[in-house]
Amino acid sequence: MDIHEHQTKELIKSYGVPVPEGRVADSETIAGMIAEEIGGDRWVIKAQIHAGGRGKGGGVQIANSVEEVRKHADCIIGSHLITPQTSKEGKLVQRVLIEQAQDIKKEFYLGFVIDRTKQRITVIASASGGMDIEEVAKADPSKVIREPVDPAIGLPEFQCRKIAARIGLTGPLMPQAVKLMRALYRCFRDKSALMVEINPLAIVGDNKLVALDAKMSFDSNAVHRYADITNYRDFDEEDPKEVEASGHGLNYIALDGNVGCIVNGAGLAMATMDAIALHNGRPANFLDVGGGASPEKIANAFHIVLKDPNVKVILLNIFAGINRCDWVATGVVQAMKVQKIHEPVIVRLSGTNVELGQKILDESGLPFIIAKDLDEAARKSVEALSTLKTKEAVA
Amino acid sequence: MSVFINKESRVIYQGFTGQHATFHAEEAIKHGTNIVGGVTPGKGGTTHLDRPVFDTVSDAVKETGANVSGIFVPPQFAADAILEAVEAGIKVIVVIADGIPVQDMVKVKRYLIGHDSIIIGPNTAGVITPNECKVGIMPANIYIPGRIGVVSRSGTLNYEAVAQMTALGHGQSTSVGIGGDPINGCNFVQVLDAFNNDPDTDAVVLIGEIGGTQEVDAAIWAKENMNKPIIGFIAGVSAPPGRRMGHAGAIISGEADTAVAKMDRMEELGIHVVRNPADIGSTVDRVIKQ
Repeated sequence: MDIHEHQTKELIKSYGVPVPEGRVADSETIAGMIAEEIGGDRWVIKAQIHAGGRGKGGGVQIANSVEEVRKHADCIIGSHLITPQTSKEGKLVQRVLIEQAQDIKKEFYLGFVIDRTKQRITVIASASGGMDIEEVAKADPSKVIREPVDPAIGLPEFQCRKIAARIGLTGPLMPQAVKLMRALYRCFRDKSALMVEINPLAIVGDNKLVALDAKMSFDSNAVHRYADITNYRDFDEEDPKEVEASGHGLNYIALDGNVGCIVNGAGLAMATMDAIALHNGRPANFLDVGGGASPEKIANAFHIVLKDPNVKVILLNIFAGINRCDWVATGVVQAMKVQKIHEPVIVRLSGTNVELGQKILDESGLPFIIAKDLDEAARKSVEALSTLKTKEAVA
Repeated sequence: MSVFINKESRVIYQGFTGQHATFHAEEAIKHGTNIVGGVTPGKGGTTHLDRPVFDTVSDAVKETGANVSGIFVPPQFAADAILEAVEAGIKVIVVIADGIPVQDMVKVKRYLIGHDSIIIGPNTAGVITPNECKVGIMPANIYIPGRIGVVSRSGTLNYEAVAQMTALGHGQSTSVGIGGDPINGCNFVQVLDAFNNDPDTDAVVLIGEIGGTQEVDAAIWAKENMNKPIIGFIAGVSAPPGRRMGHAGAIISGEADTAVAKMDRMEELGIHVVRNPADIGSTVDRVIKQ
């Protein structure tokens, strides 16, 4: 689960990480009031969306007067910001962060991730701040420092000093860097985060270290432990179909093809998409119904898949272990009748109670296209598509 | 022979009296698994499925000589249950739970250092040595005894591969699900190593997914160390980058993570790579007959 920049800053500030004075506004009037309240003579106006590269899309502006703050806020709020990380349509901006502009002397990168290979929280730091860290690593890996943290002792001061020295945060800056890293580590650990990135971490004004930009993402399997983090969730930033699906215990990801997929298990769901692609078809979605799929859950899956207007054919592929083919079949029949589905439905059932499931499908009298295995299911889905096209052409 | 579990294994279930554990314990017993008891804190001293229930894993180990545990507790409590099993000296710990927080697993893996337990999972369908021992949630009827080892991240894709093999008469020595999480217990290399040392395994089917470097690491290790053929498949050729495809571990975060990049690299390293998930069984058949 991702959160906004202003939320990340509020959170890490509460742990003692220095951030610029600032607040969030949802209108130009409030933006102007905030600029007056926080004072100073230069401000930054930053669009709050869950996507990077905001500066490139015009989502970060500098103002030299309160009047300019209002003007920029007015332009940004309500606009669709297009960045290298958004879709072509961009993302609707509902809020901006107003901060005092800083006098930047030098920029660094500091982040924590979970390193899958080392199986540890790992600090990533670089003297090349303000740039995409992956690009920096690609161009010159020696410029990116990686330090795994032993969870039994946490992030000790010596390790922070080592990191600070290697990116050039020495002299009076070193104690500040140590304090900042340890505060950030505590926050990361306490809230079961998956990623935090301060980019840039900057030396400003009179040799002070400040987090100028910050983003953080959390483990969706752990957020319910922390009410403050749960409250940061912004549903406007998520695909409504995916939100609805997760409410039904389904894992749905929209893609751009026309073969709707309903499968149990993430691996088999991906393999099913791959099999469709091998027959020159294009999957419209990834959908994992999970284990213990009730008839209602299957019916909900059909409902969500069919919300996508591009879907012309549906492929249901179930290899039941913990699931039961008879329940799945009952769900399919229910969905076909209640939702009046006219699209061709290809069904492949295997595993627990497959004979019972097959019987339910046969007795329903509905025009399912039955497939005996994965390859036949994918092939018949693509054939059903071309049959549809031929019919349309004739009509 | 087999790897990790066999008819000699003395199995307990943690979360024994729960609904899922009960159902799967009954299935496992039908399959011949020697389940010697279970653990449900607060229910120690009672019996369930005609077997003793204990309050703690160490009590269960002391009384029954258990050496394998199937963990069926909910994900929020699973890390604690794993620690308990490790501390009690259980040798093989199979973790079914899907949704254990990643940082919980970071701590578990740290605790494992200095202990000789093997963790299988989390987020796995489990392990099965056909007709001997089953610790997991897989449908037992698709597995038949044989000489092919199977190791996969995904559960249902494992079933798919096994069903294709079984249909052609190729049985399994043991089938191991290492699970779909970013941080898991046993990795591909450890399982390949076990199969390599098992005289009753002739070849191994390795089924991976997008995300991470585990499959390629395994192929690099195998080129140096493995003296048995490996048939490999990676799911997710059609998955878009940056999106987590169901499994917490299945996300393309770099070029090396894509399914095609992994399969190309594995092929270079001598793995018999299957490009179509429907051809896993027939490829096993071809490789075995070579």
